[in-house]
Amino acid sequence: MSIRQRIALTWLGFGAGAIAVCLGAPLVGSTSIDFSRVFDTSIPFADNIDAQIFFVARLPRVMAGAMVGSALAASGVIFQALLRNALATPFTLGVSAGAALGAILALTFDLPSGIAGFSAVPIASFAGALGAVAIVYALARARRQGLSTNVLLLAGVTLNSFFSALIIFVQFLADQTQTFRTVRWLMGDLDVSSYAPMIAAIPPIALSFAAFAVLPRSLNLLSISDESAASRGVDVHRTQRLAFLSASLATGAAVSLGGPVGFIGIVVPHLVRLLVGADHRLVLPASALGGAAFLVACDTVSRTALSPLEIPVGVLTAIIGGPFFLWLLIRSR
Amino acid sequence: MAAYTKSLVVIAAVLVVFAGVPSAQAPATPQRIISLIPSVTEMLFAIGAGPRVVGVGSFDRYPPEVLTRTKVGGLIDPDIERIISLKPDLMVVYATQTDLRTQMDRAHIPIYLYQHSGLPDITTTIRAVGKRVGNERAAEELARQIEDDIAATRRRVAGRPRPRTLLVFGRDPETLRGIYASGGIGFLHDMLEAAGATNVFADVKGQSIQATSEVILARAPDVILEIGIDTASSPGRNLRAWDSLASVPAVRMHRIYQVRGDEMMNPGPRVARAIQRMAEALHPQVSDK
Repeated sequence: MSIRQRIALTWLGFGAGAIAVCLGAPLVGSTSIDFSRVFDTSIPFADNIDAQIFFVARLPRVMAGAMVGSALAASGVIFQALLRNALATPFTLGVSAGAALGAILALTFDLPSGIAGFSAVPIASFAGALGAVAIVYALARARRQGLSTNVLLLAGVTLNSFFSALIIFVQFLADQTQTFRTVRWLMGDLDVSSYAPMIAAIPPIALSFAAFAVLPRSLNLLSISDESAASRGVDVHRTQRLAFLSASLATGAAVSLGGPVGFIGIVVPHLVRLLVGADHRLVLPASALGGAAFLVACDTVSRTALSPLEIPVGVLTAIIGGPFFLWLLIRSR
Repeated sequence: MAAYTKSLVVIAAVLVVFAGVPSAQAPATPQRIISLIPSVTEMLFAIGAGPRVVGVGSFDRYPPEVLTRTKVGGLIDPDIERIISLKPDLMVVYATQTDLRTQMDRAHIPIYLYQHSGLPDITTTIRAVGKRVGNERAAEELARQIEDDIAATRRRVAGRPRPRTLLVFGRDPETLRGIYASGGIGFLHDMLEAAGATNVFADVKGQSIQATSEVILARAPDVILEIGIDTASSPGRNLRAWDSLASVPAVRMHRIYQVRGDEMMNPGPRVARAIQRMAEALHPQVSDK
């Protein structure tokens, strides 16, 4: 099979899976709704509980899950290639810790209302993510031309610990109920209950995905070594810069939308590699689509399994993803 | 192994509390009292033991005199050194603070174990604390006054329609994210019922529930009562966040009420007043009379 055919097949297979999950997920929930009423336009929307549950509670939530899952899984692929490290995640370089610090400052000190109707928490977390990216980027460029992946990794990991310490310090200053809220934020939550936060997250994620689209070939070469990539005509510095900034931007937007949902950025790319191989032209689209399907599926379990209670989605991604990944790992060897 | 031992200690602690066995030796009237628990600190001041309180928790704000007392930490971060240096002869601690209790035992500081769940526990605790610190009569008067006041509120709302109410005690500013509501157990639930409402989450076996928009739409409360919501963000914009759930009767009929004040979430001596304020919000007709 030619690579073109394999790419088409990957898009088709993973695309169909993602669409099936995203279409199926809004059909189930903690309550049963009457679908003939949902689309009945003769009932005023304000009086139509079934339509409100579908359009206000479920649909935005599924869309948010798809966006966050897709962005985190694709960013995971990029970071693993950029750092040449199978253990890299979108959160390795401090982006999520920066986002968490921003969100927690907003939650703890009840920052005044955000800009243009958006609430303070997502704005503060996105600002925190960008701040972390800027620091890591500046450090990695300080001593040489281009990005030193070694410095990138060390600076990121150090910044992660530093921000985590600041988070704990802020929690220490806050009172108990606020601490509980911040801990809960760290587990991820996709109950966005309106479309506004998603509209805000679309531009950065779309911009990142546009960059992802031109990266796969260069990443294939870059994941071998800088030298071999350069000898094949890849502008190594430019590729690294584009990869780092776009993946960080996508991660920051995803975390400000749904919180730092763990595990997706590492488990989905590896699952996908077990299925389609290591070629980034296949891995990247498959991970983006698979990440969307995986998170939407996990969130569906999270909101239905113990209803009316809710299992934090970040807990479920690890509980479901971990064993499944280990099983695949053993089976494929 | 350590976790196992710890859980045994917790179980033992709970048994001790339920059995009502006084922990450590119970000496004569304590003269130097430390309370880490805001509601118990408030009880001590309300029954006239305030002058003997030498140390309070970090989150204690009421009555204003507590601000003059030494702060010795809270539930998760008690400052052992400062506690011991204050030479207390009674220390009020949460039943779950097992490490602190061990340390107090080692320092031979008598402790009073506190835990609360429902509304009746508040006056039970007031009486027990009063007995322990030698202010039995004042404690009895206070407890009876609270019980009478609550009973009076119950009578005033008796026979009135009980709106199905969502009691929200936490939510992210200006959005419907991170909504925490009272479940069917605990003093908040009991307060709501006493104030003449039916809790929409009465069937939830827990003190709190994170309420998603789907669950709120499905439960369709007649009234949404928000207590202890932070005040920094603008109240108008904060209230408008609910507009997206237009089919909820409380939203449609504009029956969303915000009752502020730290007494609303504090299981202490001001609980009767808090219930009365809830009742006034739920039944505006009652307060006119």
